[in-house]
Amino acid sequence: MKQKQQKEREYLFCKNSKKAAMLGMFTAVAMICSYIEAMIPVNFGIPGIKLGLANLVVLLVLYMMGTKDALIVSVLRIILTGFLFGNLFGILYSLAGGLLSFLVMWILKRTGKLRIISVSVAGGISHNTGQLLVAALVVENYKIMYYIPVLLIAGFLTGLLIGILSQEIVLRLQKFMKNSSV
Amino acid sequence: MHKRFGKNDAVFLGILLGLCLLVFLGYRVFLRTKGSRIVITKNGEVYGTYSLEKEQTIEIKDKDGTVTNTLIIKDQKADMESADCPDRLCVKQKAISHENENIVCLPNKVVVTVVDGDASDFDAIAQ
Repeated sequence: MKQKQQKEREYLFCKNSKKAAMLGMFTAVAMICSYIEAMIPVNFGIPGIKLGLANLVVLLVLYMMGTKDALIVSVLRIILTGFLFGNLFGILYSLAGGLLSFLVMWILKRTGKLRIISVSVAGGISHNTGQLLVAALVVENYKIMYYIPVLLIAGFLTGLLIGILSQEIVLRLQKFMKNSSV
Repeated sequence: MHKRFGKNDAVFLGILLGLCLLVFLGYRVFLRTKGSRIVITKNGEVYGTYSLEKEQTIEIKDKDGTVTNTLIIKDQKADMESADCPDRLCVKQKAISHENENIVCLPNKVVVTVVDGDASDFDAIAQ
């Protein structure tokens, strides 16, 4: 009996530490993604349009580990990269976009009717919308909404790309994740 | 059911794309008229109004007098020439000339917006 309990405890401990390691790794990958993204010198003429590579990692965690884990990775990534490379304002905008897109993606995933690609597109669009809303509030100028059409299209396209990518990665990584029993 | 793409996705994405294009085209068709003046706001307050007809360089100053942004008006277009913030996104932005187009400098809370040409109408209402 005692031995059984001991084994159970060991199993749980092993599982938890595996999960912690996985989450740490995913957070690190997400941070690297946003760093790489900041280094790509692409300029679309309008600030705020970017690929959203970090969202790729959030999607992966959302689909392979769980909602809570994905939220943790998303928020941690924003706060850590914000402190490392940005400023407090940057964190505010990122959080607005990140949380709104997370909420939308989570709800859409929960319906169980849509594939990753749709979830990702909706996330991209809501991310841009959230950021623009906060920007409008901060500068107290609602004319900034002029950019919403361009940002909607951009969110759609980048969301599509990220969606296709993460779908492929999830399909390939799922086997590995099952084997390592996280 | 296909692993990657289903009927639901096609419908969902189609509707979303349609909505995006609708908004995009709507903005393009109905809201794109040439403006004649620009309004600069700083911290949400109006800093000044300038005509796009006259070529000029505008220095946007802080309360303590330091120049945070420089705006250039040339060929009836306004373009941010320099900014003292680290990312300088507003400088990278294209020149603006159409009504409601704007350049935003978030760190300095500066917004430059193109407004309608009918100055007389505006004044008449304001008075």
